[in-house]
Amino acid sequence: MNADKMLDAKGLACPMPIVKTKKAMNELESGQVLEIHATDKGAKNDLAAWAKSGGHELLDHADEGDVLKFWIKKG
Amino acid sequence: MTVHALTAKEVTQKIFNKEPLFILDVRNESDFSDWKIEGHYFDHLNVPYFDLLDGVEDILEKIPSDKEVLVVCAKEGSSVMVSEMLSEAGLTVSYLKGGMKAWSEHLEPVKVGDLKDGGKMYQFVRIGKGCLSYMVVSNGEAAIIDATRMTDIFIDFADEIGAKITHVFDTHLHADHISGGRMIAEKTNATYWLPPKDAEEVVFDYQPLEEGNDVVIGHTTISIQPLYSPGHTIGSTSFIVDNQYLLSGDILFIDSIGRPDLAGMAEDWVGDLRETLYKRYKALSDELIVLPAHFMIIDELNENGSVAEKLGALFAKNHGLNIEDETEFRHAVTDNLPPQPNAYQEIRETNMGKVKPDEEKQREMEIGPNRCAIR
Repeated sequence: MNADKMLDAKGLACPMPIVKTKKAMNELESGQVLEIHATDKGAKNDLAAWAKSGGHELLDHADEGDVLKFWIKKG
Repeated sequence: MTVHALTAKEVTQKIFNKEPLFILDVRNESDFSDWKIEGHYFDHLNVPYFDLLDGVEDILEKIPSDKEVLVVCAKEGSSVMVSEMLSEAGLTVSYLKGGMKAWSEHLEPVKVGDLKDGGKMYQFVRIGKGCLSYMVVSNGEAAIIDATRMTDIFIDFADEIGAKITHVFDTHLHADHISGGRMIAEKTNATYWLPPKDAEEVVFDYQPLEEGNDVVIGHTTISIQPLYSPGHTIGSTSFIVDNQYLLSGDILFIDSIGRPDLAGMAEDWVGDLRETLYKRYKALSDELIVLPAHFMIIDELNENGSVAEKLGALFAKNHGLNIEDETEFRHAVTDNLPPQPNAYQEIRETNMGKVKPDEEKQREMEIGPNRCAIR
């Protein structure tokens, strides 16, 4: 999937993946897509819930080994 | 400003002492609604930490000033962040050390009572998940029943009281938590017993546990009598210890009974479950003190934190023991079953030795409540 920006949050523990995602999202325009790579397993539920509460759209996610990948479209 | 950490042990004492506590749970809503810390006088507010990144002003007025406040998250990190923000806003709050991960793994040993000749019965209350394990001690020897995977706690406890672990039992093949029984037996050179009908697929050596295999702990009088009691699983076996205690495994709980479906055999096993509860248990002494392998709700805890009740009292009060009609019983235990425990198939395979997940994976598999009962 094409992303406008990539955020590497690997090795970071909660709450940092979301703190960084929020920051990165602020630099995007509405409709642009952020790709996030994380290793904290809690990120899966939290990113989905965060995106929903912030009006963003979680387009897709994938598990590649230990790395969790997410694509979120800014609302 | 630094914030104070409360340990899982300290929070457990607050539950046992029926103290009030206000819990600000900052996990996401689905995790919170699935499973949370419960006490008799605990109040909860759930606001995910990611809704508080811009500030805590919006929730300040929802936090009481006349109660101790505990901030809780999955692993600690987010609760420290939110605690610091609240502290900067002038509040005095604590966070739960290790988060829900530590909560799920905390075991609180409680002495249930004395046995003949100075022996003792201990219950290990896994307060966050509702699992109950047991240690029977007599004359410097100990037997452990239904141990959880936090094996060091049992081994260290036995060391502290100067007892050698000689026998380790599981009442059945567990589906809600990973057994520590085999590992404890390996580490202490004890004998590991499993009911053979539950162990058909296991890939390790064990001692088959059958009625008639009385085991003596210590060198005198404490006997552990297995009693075949199928229903939750086909091999489920109860124990009568010292003619005083009935360790009922996942067959009979204080306020509920076992569910027959976790091995996919609900229709076949419901008859066994009824036979065990309404005939085999009915024939036992009302004076036996029932010690189950789980509790479901905090109201099942006694004053000292133990979970125990006389069999006679359960025949009088427990709804699951008072369904006269067999068809009605069948419906009660097979219709409207609660959701199954998280990852229960993987947990069963782990307990058979077929898969060997690492500790982090085991932790994740066990997350959430136990859900072994039908109320």
